[in-house]
Parts: sequence; C-alpha cells; structure tokens
Amino acid sequence: MVGNGILKGLIETARNFFGSYVSKPRLTTVQYPEQREPQIEATRNFPFLVFDGPDWHAGMRCVACQICEKECPPKCIFIEKSKDKKPDAVGKPQAYPAVFNIDISVCMSCQICVEVCPFDAIKMDVEYDLPTDDRFAGLLFDKQRLSKSNEYYNRIHPTEAGAIDARFAEERAKAKATADAKAAAAAAAAAPQPQPAGEQK
Amino acid sequence: MTQMLDQIFVTAKLWLMGYIPAAAKPLASAILSVVPVLIAFPLLFAITTWLERKGLGRIQNRLGPNRTGPFGLLQPIADAIKSLTKEDIVPLRADHAVHFLAPVLLVLASFLGYAVLPIGRNMVIVNLDAGVLYFFAAGSVVELAVFMAGWSSRSKYSLLGAMRAIAQMISYEVPLVLASVVVIMQAGSLSTVAIVEKQTGYTGIFPHWFVFTPWGFVGFALFMIAATAESNRSPFDLPEGESEIIAGYYIEYSGFKFALFFLGEYLGMFATSGMAITLFLGGWTAPVSFLTWIPSYIWFFTKLVTLIAVFIWIRGTLPRLRMDQLMNLAWEFILPMALLNMLVAGVWHFMPSGILRWLVCTAIVATPCVLFSARLKRKKRLQVRTYIFAD
Repeated sequence: MVGNGILKGLIETARNFFGSYVSKPRLTTVQYPEQREPQIEATRNFPFLVFDGPDWHAGMRCVACQICEKECPPKCIFIEKSKDKKPDAVGKPQAYPAVFNIDISVCMSCQICVEVCPFDAIKMDVEYDLPTDDRFAGLLFDKQRLSKSNEYYNRIHPTEAGAIDARFAEERAKAKATADAKAAAAAAAAAPQPQPAGEQK
Repeated sequence: MTQMLDQIFVTAKLWLMGYIPAAAKPLASAILSVVPVLIAFPLLFAITTWLERKGLGRIQNRLGPNRTGPFGLLQPIADAIKSLTKEDIVPLRADHAVHFLAPVLLVLASFLGYAVLPIGRNMVIVNLDAGVLYFFAAGSVVELAVFMAGWSSRSKYSLLGAMRAIAQMISYEVPLVLASVVVIMQAGSLSTVAIVEKQTGYTGIFPHWFVFTPWGFVGFALFMIAATAESNRSPFDLPEGESEIIAGYYIEYSGFKFALFFLGEYLGMFATSGMAITLFLGGWTAPVSFLTWIPSYIWFFTKLVTLIAVFIWIRGTLPRLRMDQLMNLAWEFILPMALLNMLVAGVWHFMPSGILRWLVCTAIVATPCVLFSARLKRKKRLQVRTYIFAD
C-alpha cells in the first residue's frame, strides 16, 4: 500500500526519539567540558619533554643534541645549547637546552622527533585542551611549559614508559657497577700507597 | 466561569475599547486585534526553533541544544542576538532595493494569512465572507518574495533555488486549494468562521470534524502534503537543498535578513497548519464533548503544536525528493486525487446518510491508492546501457 515505507520510517524515528530518553547506550554524546572519555594510550598530539625527579630543570633528560630540531619536517622546534653542563638521566655531565621552543601551531604531530631522540627525552603528549586567545605566543611553548614529569609520562603511556624506565635502571646499575669497579680499582691501587706512608709516620 | 475564561480576550478588548474615543475606534480595534497575533506567532516561532532542534536531535539520538539556560531553552534568544550582531552583507552587484525588500515582503505576506484564522471562539481579526480565498491569495505573495530574493541576489545558486521554489510552490498551490475545495463544498461557505461553526456539533462524544469523513480524511492528507511542499519543508526542501545549491534563494542573505526568511518560512508553516486545523480539524473546537470547558484558543494552539510536531517528525524521517519525483507527485498523484476527492464529496453530499455512503466513498478513494501502489510495486525494466566511447 502507498506510504508503507513512510510509516515504517516514522515508527523508526519515533523509536529513536523515545528511546533516547530511556536507554543510556543510545545517547552516545559525551558532554565534553564536564565529561571526558577515558584516555586512549595509543593517541598522540604534540611533543613534550620528560624530566626525572622533582625538579623540572635539574632532571631534564634533553641534552640539546639538536637531532630533533634537524629532523623536524615542518621545523617547529628551536633549540639553543647551553654553555655549561649538568648531569643527565644516567648521571653523565651533559649540556642542556638553554632555549627549547616548539611552535605547536606548526607542529604536524608526526612523532619523528620522538623516533630520533637517542635520550628518550621528547615524547608525545595526549593533552588536547590547548585553546588560547593568543594564536602566536599562546601556541609557542617554551621549555618550562613543555617539561612534564616522568610520572605523567608513565600515566599516559604506561607500557612505553615502563620499558624505558627499566632500560634506564639497567643502564644506571651498569654505570654504577663500572663506577664502583673503577672506584674499587682506584681504591685498590691507592690503598697500598698510604700504608707505607702510615708506616713511615 | 468557563464561558468567561473562553472569552477573556474578547471581553478584555471590549473593555479597552470603552475607553477609546469614537473617532479612533476603528484604528484602535484593528491594532488591538493585530498586535496579539504579531506577538503570539513569532513567540511560537521561537519556541518551535527550539522544539525542532531538540526533537531532531532526539530523533538522531543526540541531545540537541543544552548550553543556553535549562534544557537550552534560551537558545532562540541567543540565536536572535547572534543574527542581530552579524554583519549584513549585500552582494556588490545585487539589486539593493529588491534585495532588502524580499525578506520584508516574505514576512509581511506570511502574516497576512493570520487575518482570517479563527484562533478561538469569536477570536478572528476579520471574518471575511471569502476568507479561504483571501488566505490562499495572500499566501501566494510568498512566491513573489522568494523570486525577488533569488533574482535580486545576482547569484546562480539563489536564482536556481528561486526557480525551484517557484516551480514547486506553484505546482503545490493547485492541490492545496483543490484539497480545501471539498470543505467549501460541504460547508457551503468561504468564511473560515462559518466553516468552523459547521464542525462544532458532537455525535456522542465524537466531534463533527471534517477529517472524520472519507473525503475529509483524504483532503486533510493531501492538504498536509501540499502544505509541507508549500512551506518548503523537508522532504520537499529542494529550494533550500543544502547539499546541492547550498541555501537556495537566500544564499546571499546574512544576519537579520536571513533570520527574517526563517521567520517568514515558519510563519507560513503555522498559517497553513492553522488553515488545515480550521478546515479539517474543527478549528478551536474540543476533540471530545466532555472537554469543551477548556478554552477554545487553548485547543487551537494544542492542535497547532501537534501539527508542528508532526512536521518536525516528518522532517527527521524522510529524505529529500528529487525534482522529477516532486513534480510527478504533485501532478500525477496529488492533483488527480484532489479532483477525485471533489467527486467523492459530491457523492457524499447526495447519498442518504448511512453505512452505504461510507462504503461507496471509501471505495472510490481507496481504489486509485491501491492501483498506484500496484504500479509502484511493478518491477521496472531498466534499459541496458551501452557505452560507445568507454571502451
């Protein structure tokens, strides 16, 4: 009969209309500022700098090697190397970035900086709440704004961060072992000398 | 008490008129009748935009507007402020005068129809003897406004949209009028007030609405289809056709002029819905005899909101027709059905009342519907297309 299909469609839309009031799974809308979807581990948007320990500047992993700056396809990273040195994540004295800027309005979230970083210092963030009313200064992140703790990194990308932490721990242990061995050797080498001196006394 | 509530606006007007000097009485009377309509229906428009967005949202399993005020109720105010503060852009090469006049004329023409709509008992601005005729004549000014808008913009999209709108509106004007002719035949009057008064009786608890007769039911269905097309609403929204010609005849309008088009369109929809209520759904009469104590104007607006809800429901359900389907529907189905319906109304009038009259009239109406659906079901044999240059 004429209009059968129309009636069927009308019933379907009516079911949607009333169903959206009674069944929760129908309404998939997330009320964004108040509600948020749980974070997905495999997401990424903009890079950030990881630091260890409580102080963001002292614990900064970045050694200003500038590989990411050179590799960045849209050239959104700007680094100035420091003149002095400070101990890095493993404990070796290293340079650190005096200036580290990322223009996230230019960044294309390709993750190449993360891939090339030999120090695991730059990682991808998942934070998307980045609106600003200043489209120039508000989107140019300096090193303080970029720095985020290793705990934060562990929280957003647990698997990745865990692996890196384990490797770092291993490296630190090895470094400590060699340092200890060296110290022991030095002590062993140095030990006989004071004894005669002592005896002389 | 119920009598007083029912006539509260009429008595209020009479009371106010008592304080006005005799010389100013005609003008004051007109103003007192017109101003409430000028306030009530735009207000209804504001509520309808909210209702429509909410309803469509729910049909699509969304929430709809919910940021401005409780349940997004202040959305119309936000929209009004937005459209008022927007820049009013007129194309450089457009005909400025006509471009400005088109939305004004559209709203004006849409308002004209309300003059003959009986909103309640004794509540009509003018009781014209040719009220129905006046209504359709005033309604057809809308087409002029649409074409002014399309042509003055000097844009191919708006001209295309206007051409579509004109073709559609004129095509559906014919079945719209013919569908209402049955009521005029039966009521024997062109006056809207007289037509409503013909439907005031009750058999048992059921009212004597024209929609409860075979010819009335068919007439109502045809009238509503034609009214949907006439007010450019989905599924007949080709003149706007957002996906094809962007916004049709009002593509070059922005800011408050655009809002005026919106307003005019909705006012036209309310007016035709009001006419459908007057002609077929008993105007301001109560749907059952024991509810007659509820004031007449409340019944009118209840019916109007119900029809608006149906319009929204249909908009949320049906996809847009193609131009040829639209024209075929008008000229091959609705127009012949409207003509046949006039015959049915005649048969109904001359046959003695009883079950036989019902059977005969229903059979006459149902036969073409069955034949039409049989034709639709028949498998179309499509030509095999041969491509000459493709290989």
